[in-house]
Formats: sequence, structure tokens, C-alpha cells
Amino acid sequence: MPTRDIEREVHSFVISNFLFDQSVDLEPDDSLLDKGLIDSTGVIELVDFLEERYAIKVEDDEVIPANLDSVRNVAKYVDRKLTRVA
Amino acid sequence: MCGISGILKLTGGRVDRNQLGRMIATLSHRGPDASAVHVATAIGLAHARLSIIDLEGGAQPMSTIDGRLWITFNGEIFNYIEIREELSRKGHRFATRSDTEVILNAYREYGEDCVHHFNGQWAFAIWDTEAQKLVLSRDRFGVRPLFYTRTPDSLLFASEIKALLTCPQVPAEIDLEALDQIFTFWVTLPPRTAFKNIFQVPPGCSIIVQNGEVSVRPYWSVSYPGTESNDADEQPLAEELLHLLEEATRIRLRSDVPVGAYLSGGLDSTITTALMRKIANDRVRSFSITFADAEFDEQCYQDEASTFLGTQHQNIRCSSADIARIFPQVIWHTEQPVIRTAPAPLFLLSGLVRENGFKVVLTGEGADEVLGGYDIFKEAKIRNFLARSPESRWRPLLLRRLYPYMGNIQRQPAAYLEHFFRVTAKDFASPFFSHLPRWELTAKLKSLFSAEVREATGSYAGTREIEDTLPPPYWSWSYFRRAEYLEAKYLLPGYILSCQGDRMSMAHSVEGRHPFLDHRVVEFAAKLPSNVKMKVLDQKHLLKRAFDGLIPESIVRRPKQPYRAPDGKCFFGAAAVDYAQELLSPDCIRKNGIFEPQAVTSLVTKFRNGRANSVKDNMAMIGVLSTQLLVHQFITQRSQEYMYADTRY
Repeated sequence: MPTRDIEREVHSFVISNFLFDQSVDLEPDDSLLDKGLIDSTGVIELVDFLEERYAIKVEDDEVIPANLDSVRNVAKYVDRKLTRVA
Repeated sequence: MCGISGILKLTGGRVDRNQLGRMIATLSHRGPDASAVHVATAIGLAHARLSIIDLEGGAQPMSTIDGRLWITFNGEIFNYIEIREELSRKGHRFATRSDTEVILNAYREYGEDCVHHFNGQWAFAIWDTEAQKLVLSRDRFGVRPLFYTRTPDSLLFASEIKALLTCPQVPAEIDLEALDQIFTFWVTLPPRTAFKNIFQVPPGCSIIVQNGEVSVRPYWSVSYPGTESNDADEQPLAEELLHLLEEATRIRLRSDVPVGAYLSGGLDSTITTALMRKIANDRVRSFSITFADAEFDEQCYQDEASTFLGTQHQNIRCSSADIARIFPQVIWHTEQPVIRTAPAPLFLLSGLVRENGFKVVLTGEGADEVLGGYDIFKEAKIRNFLARSPESRWRPLLLRRLYPYMGNIQRQPAAYLEHFFRVTAKDFASPFFSHLPRWELTAKLKSLFSAEVREATGSYAGTREIEDTLPPPYWSWSYFRRAEYLEAKYLLPGYILSCQGDRMSMAHSVEGRHPFLDHRVVEFAAKLPSNVKMKVLDQKHLLKRAFDGLIPESIVRRPKQPYRAPDGKCFFGAAAVDYAQELLSPDCIRKNGIFEPQAVTSLVTKFRNGRANSVKDNMAMIGVLSTQLLVHQFITQRSQEYMYADTRY
């Protein structure tokens, strides 16, 4: 799956799950933590979604902001995982 | 414990007795035993009585023997016997055995300063016929409620807002800035309520109305020393605390009807029950809630405490379906939006108490606020510790010690946990350091507000309002004492003692009494060094030491589990209730205009799909639903003739 499609899906997931106010713009590089979109437990929901939707296993030490803190980084991370699986 | 109401004409004319009757009729749940009104031209006082002390002689409204002073009173003055003796020595005469008459004569002797002599929980109105002066007063902590409003020609007051709304001249309109406060602090900041132009008498204040002028006079507030000692000898402090709590419990057992006990299985109610057993020297009747959902249930500890203390114990099991079923009645009584369902099981519990013939219960409220019990204090202590050495690799590990009972927080990866509880330089300098994580998380719910509400509340900042009213010594207090102050000043009266306290127990005509909120206990506790209240991370350390051996060891050693109840999921899936679906529908959301229909629909979809697990989602759902219920019950369905709780929702 092209990275751009993953990015679109993740963007849509974040919007519908974490963003009550849908008029707020979410740019691909916006920090989900700094924008307050991912609350204290939100990352678990995000990991659930990624594992289910892309059939990947997100390892404990991969749950770090560098991988999961923006829509673009999430898409790149998933892309890397899928490439590795393939 | 009772319901009170009254009308004062400010521009001449006579009080409408029928209007006064309508007001007090809405409060019959607070006082089902008798009801009466007194009207004398410009003043009308009304009372709905729950007979507890001087069953024959305590009828109200009551006057002094000479008829100069009139009172309508809700609550208890626990030291009335001692005050009565003192007043008798000064030459005052009494016609009854009631604490009500003691207030009247204390007012005659000491004027408005009489409140300094009272140890109790009260809301009263005194009419001084000579001075043509009305005094409205509320106890130090806000245990008992008292609301007021002005119309063009009158001032109206009552124990509950619904009584004021029986008056056609009183508009029922949500105060949007108050809503902003609730969706940040969980409470409104006194004197605000959820309704525009309807105010509460702030805890620890009296309000004087004379010559058409209304003035607020604070008479008490919790205060702490500016410095802390690090070498306090714990043993004498523990002994003094035990003595004070015994004395606080002893006077709270004064009653002409039997007194029961709430026994949650936690430290505080086990202590109050143990003291009650010791003082009353009788078998205590205790009551508790159990939960079908094991995550919230504490039955094993309740059974252990009950067996140890030899109480005759009864419990009521609360399911998610129960919460969904009774939630409309709960909001009818809270009279404000809530972001937790926790009041609902307490509504069931007071019903159980009442079914068993009890009108009075002792509870453990107040211990967490004044003796270092809340997790928010521990959280602040850890965050403070992290901030002092931001580069430390091991200090963040302490974050795992926070909220051990919350699985979804414990499962959170370390990097995210650290981010959530992070301390920036700005946070560290903030006067609200301890409360920023809670307030910031709750404030995120405001993104559900409609564009109109956001525009109306645009530049409003509740934190500025709090900052402007902080007492000058606040700035010299440690972060720990500031945290205690904020909890005692806002969450305690605005949510714990009202939404979970008075309003839930009085819904079933049950009076709660709280030994930990005896002002002598609170004033003693305020002087204690923080590290004695919470030693390292041991919450309520001194309290545990004071009761060592007097309550089960397992209750002392158990990890703290705050009282919580199942939240948003109660209203979906198998337990889905029609009223919730209707009130959360886009049409109804749009009609009420408070929330954004699309945002609420996204939230509802998340719950329907079983994907809503976070604290934020749950708070958002309960916040939206309770606001919709409030609007429905108090505004949409408002009848100018009368207001009843909608039996359907």
C-alpha cells in the first residue's frame, strides 16, 4: 500500500477518533501530543488500530513519539513495518 | 435536615403565599415529615421538615419567643447543647429542645458573628423584623446548599434551584461561562451555578440583604501556615488527631432518630464506623454499594470491615443498566452537568438507607481533602520530584505508582506517560501546578461545544477568575498545600459534597454527617506538615498511624482505590436506553445548541462501536448527556405552573 494511502487512512482515523472538533486542521506533521489529540490512553487506541488494520505487530519499544506522534510519522512507520514483513 | 425557601420583597408589596407554597412543594424530598410557611408582608419563609432533633418541638419556620427573629433552617448545629448552656447562662430563654432555637438566640446574642460559635452543617435564613434585615448563611465547607436569585421586585432563596424556577419571573437559562467552568474544573466557581443569574451562597459566607442592598460576607476559609516543619514528632500528632475525630463523631451522633453508617471498604468510612461503634457502644447498621463490574467493586473490603467492626451490614448491587436507568433522576437532583456517573450509585445507596428506616448516616467525606488522601496530591508530589531533575532516567519510573487501579493508564508506554505528566518550566511556575493535568485534560472536552457557545465564551478563562480570588497567603504555600486548598475550596463543595453528597442523599430524605469536616479537625490538619499527611508516597499516613490497631490491618494496607463507577458504556450496547439515544441525536443536539452535532455523532459512533475506552471519551459522553438532560428537564420541559421530574427522562 502506498505511504500516501496509509497517511490518508491514519489521518481519517485520528480525525474520527480523537478530534471532537472537526473544524480544526490537522497537518501531516502536527504533533498529536502537543495538539492534545492523544490523551493519556489514546496511544493504545492508535496501536490497536494499526495492528488490526495493517496486520502488523507494534513492539513495546516502538511505541515512542518518534514513530507515532504525527500522521506522517505513523504512515512512515507502518510503511517500514510492511516493507519488513514483505 | 430539611428544605428551605423564602421570598423577600425589595420594593414593597406582599409576598405571594401561593408562590412560596409552590417553591417549598418542590423540596418535599428534602423534608417529607412536615411543611409550613410564614408570611409577614414583605418576607415569606418556608420549610419542609425532615424531623431528626426535637421531633415534637422543632417545627419551622420558628421565631424567638418575642417574635422579633424568624428562621428557616436546613442542617444541624452539632454543638447546640453547649451553646444553649452558654446562652442560658447569659439569660436567654428557650421554648424548645431544638438546635433551631439555639441559632435564633445565638444570633440575638452575637449577631452575624454567631456562625463562629457553630460546629455543624447548615443553610439558614434569619429575618430580623426590627432591623428589616435578611441573613442567609451557609456552613464553612458547603455541606448544605443555598441558592438565591433576584427578580425586579424580590429576592428569592431556596435549598435547590428547582424551587426558584417555579417562579415565572426567574428565567431558566444555562450560564455558558459556568458551563466552561464545569468543562474545566468539574464545578462552577461560587457564587455561580449552571444557571444564569441564579447564584449560590458561597461556603463559609453569609449574605446580608438590607435596604435593597445585597452584600456577601465571608466568615471562614481554610488556611495553611507559610512554612513547614520537617521534624514533627508523629506520635503526639496522631493522638491528637484521634482525639479530635472521636469528639467530632461524638457530637455527630446527637440525634433523636437512629444513625447509620456508609461503609465503602475504604479507610475513611471504616474509621468513622469504628468511632461510631466505640462511642455509641451499640451494634452499628452499615450500608454500602457493590458493583457488578469487578473493576469498581470493593465488596471484599466492605465485608472485612463489617466483620471486624461487628456491624449489621446491607449492600445494594449497582449495574451499568441501573446507572443508565436512574441517570435522569440523578441530574434532576445535581442540577448541574457532571462528567462522571459516580453520583448515580450514591443515589441508589441513599434509597437503600431510607428503605431501612434510617434518616441519618455518618460518612467519611473530607478525609482525602484534609489529610493528604487524593491521588492528585501524589501526582503533584511525583511531578515536582521529576521537575527537580528532568534528566533523571529513573525518576520517571515513579509514574507507574500513579493510578494503579486504572488499567488503561498502566498499559500506557513510558514515553507517553512521561509526556502526559510532564512538567514544563511554565507548569512549574504556575500557581495551579498540581491541577494542570486534570484541568487541561477536562478542558479538551470544550472542543465539543458548538461554534455559538465557543464564540460566547471566547476570551473567558476560569483560571484567571480563580487566580483573582486567591488569598494572599496562597503564594507562600508549598505546591502540596496549594493543591489541598484548591481541592477543599472547589471540588469538595462543588462536586463531592453536592453532586455526590447532599443532592444524592437528600433525594431520598437522608442526611449525611461528616466527622472529618468538623472545623476543628480541618484546622488541625491544615497546620500539619505535608510530609506527615503523605509520608513519601504513603497517603493519609498520620491518619493510618492514629488508627493503627483500631481497624483491620488489611484496610490500612490496601492500595487506595478512589470511589468510581462505570461511565459512558452504561448507555450503549445491552444497556442502551431510549432517552440517551434521543438526547444524543443530531436533531436534539442541534436544537439545544450547546454542542456540535457532528462532534457528538463521532463520539456516539465510537461508543457504539465499542472503541471508546479513554478517560477523555468517557468524560465527554457523560458531560454531553448530563448537559442535554439538564436542558431537557429544566428548560425544555419547564412548566410555569410547576416543575416535576419527568418520569420518563
